[in-house]
Amino acid sequence: MSENIQIESILQKRIDSGKKALVVYITGGLGEDWIQTMHSVIDAGADVVEIGIPFSDPVMDGPIIQMANDSSMKSGSTPVTILNDLREERPAAPLAVMTYYNLAYRMGHERFAASLASAGISGCILPDLPLEELDIWSEAAANSKIETILLAAPTTPDERLVEICTRSSGFVYAVGLLGVTGMRSELADSAIEISSRLKNVTNKPVLVGVGIGNPEQAVKACEVSDGVIVGSAIVQEMIKNSSPEKVGELVSTFREALDKNC
Amino acid sequence: MNLKNPNEKGRFGPFGGRYIPETLVPACHELEKSFIEAWADDSFRKELDFLLSDYAGRPSPITECFNLSAELNCRLLLKREDLNHTGSHKINNVLGQALLAKRMGKKRLVAETGAGQHGVATATAAALLNLECCVYMGEVDVKRQELNVFRMKLLGAEVRSVESGSKTLKDAVNDAMRDWVATVEDSYYCLGSVMGPHPYPWMVRTFHEVIGTEARKQSEELLGTTPDVICACVGGGSNAIGIFSGFVDSDAELIGVEPAGGAAIGRGVPGVVHGMESFLMQDEFGQVLEAESISAGLDYPGVGPEHSYLSSIGRARYESVTDDEVIAAFQLLSRTEGLIPALEPAHALAWISREREYLTGKTVLLNLSGRGDKDVGQMMEILNV
Repeated sequence: MSENIQIESILQKRIDSGKKALVVYITGGLGEDWIQTMHSVIDAGADVVEIGIPFSDPVMDGPIIQMANDSSMKSGSTPVTILNDLREERPAAPLAVMTYYNLAYRMGHERFAASLASAGISGCILPDLPLEELDIWSEAAANSKIETILLAAPTTPDERLVEICTRSSGFVYAVGLLGVTGMRSELADSAIEISSRLKNVTNKPVLVGVGIGNPEQAVKACEVSDGVIVGSAIVQEMIKNSSPEKVGELVSTFREALDKNC
Repeated sequence: MNLKNPNEKGRFGPFGGRYIPETLVPACHELEKSFIEAWADDSFRKELDFLLSDYAGRPSPITECFNLSAELNCRLLLKREDLNHTGSHKINNVLGQALLAKRMGKKRLVAETGAGQHGVATATAAALLNLECCVYMGEVDVKRQELNVFRMKLLGAEVRSVESGSKTLKDAVNDAMRDWVATVEDSYYCLGSVMGPHPYPWMVRTFHEVIGTEARKQSEELLGTTPDVICACVGGGSNAIGIFSGFVDSDAELIGVEPAGGAAIGRGVPGVVHGMESFLMQDEFGQVLEAESISAGLDYPGVGPEHSYLSSIGRARYESVTDDEVIAAFQLLSRTEGLIPALEPAHALAWISREREYLTGKTVLLNLSGRGDKDVGQMMEILNV
């Protein structure tokens, strides 16, 4: 088995070249051609792809990702089928899984981490697992060389930001606003604020997610941050049954805007 | 204090904890600190005691069921939480939390509700204390509890119907948490049971300990001793933990009764959802199962972490009853004692009725956590009246 590509080094390379990083979220198992969509998203310029593994109770997700979750689960997706779909692939960019903690808890921490690694996954985001409860998972993840990406929120106090940055690997996920995933009409001021607070305390890549719905907002968020995570806007396109190429074209608009304007 | 406090990580043995999005973690820290300060503050306690007595009508009496006792061959006592203002035990917790929200400078209460009892209690406290109120309720429950929906609106609350997932209590909690993630600066999440992230299970239990404290004193006055069995229904488990709190250090047997279709302890395994590690009905992959119960208030696949703990150490026992047994118990209490129970405590009575042989000659204290007015419409349909 080949070594997993390290998310942090890939992102750092992009940033060192004077460019901004683009992470794209897609819902695993959503549509029969979701694997092709993943490749298409990478071809269109995503540096890292987040694969959402649906959970029954996604409290950090808004309506679009909830709908995608339901649809994927109704078509029979489970964590096992999604990871199996990925096992034979050799994507040209590293992957991270985003899901909720109970799926790891239920499978067993070590087993879950190992199954991510054997499916070629490099990182994991568990938005309902804060610092207080992190130890058991982070040890298991480290044993399987999985990078655990932590979230920092606008409400997080300064001293806690430092600890989150210290313990996060891959990148630091700056939650751009008070709220759940989904598109908003304007970029929240908090996206800039949380990015600059994080940049003051860490050298790790700082990427803003939640509320980045179009290329203009992505460009604006990157005034301070090292890049963005785009989820609901992409998943909305997938829900419309758009072809992998069409989803890729949407990702290109983000890539091009970031490359041109940042 | 009979029940132990959770450890500094909010755990009762291995259960509990704080599994929430980072956005909410600072709010939970602040809440924990504010609750500890308020609970140690005489003026807060006096204000709460005043509201509990002069507004909610505490203490609630204990009623001896002479007719039904004769039928069941046991001595059946009811702790009359149904007589509280708003018709259930929920008001104990809500008055405490609403006062706390006010003290913390919050402007708006967010709540989830199943049967609507917690929603009504929250809307009531919000009206009294001049707070905004927004209640999330599953679409299924909005339909089967329309009376409570109207009550909440009458009290000035906004009721938001939840159309995701099972469209019941579990999904109402999800949407209330999503609301709180977005409004955490001004809003206070008034959780309705002994569940959720630390400090909720502990704080909500503390506000309901008044049930157990009163019941212990009242039953000792009446019996000269404690009852043999304490019995209460369990969804999240707030009324049960309230009455158990008064008897944990006694010889009384503690029985929690879950609906067969929502038996987290009976049919679940440990898991993590809604901020807590506890028993949970889930599939082999960890997807949370949808509960199915006649009672909207118990239609929940999880259970408060302290119940998981009491079960794991063998101090309390958890049994389950079917919807049919509940329907029979609902009618039994109405017919024999002139008391129409809520469907939730009818679960506890259903267990007592089924286990009458085992209970022969024993004194049984049932926590009658709410009255059945809200369920009459649903029962009319079920009984084809």
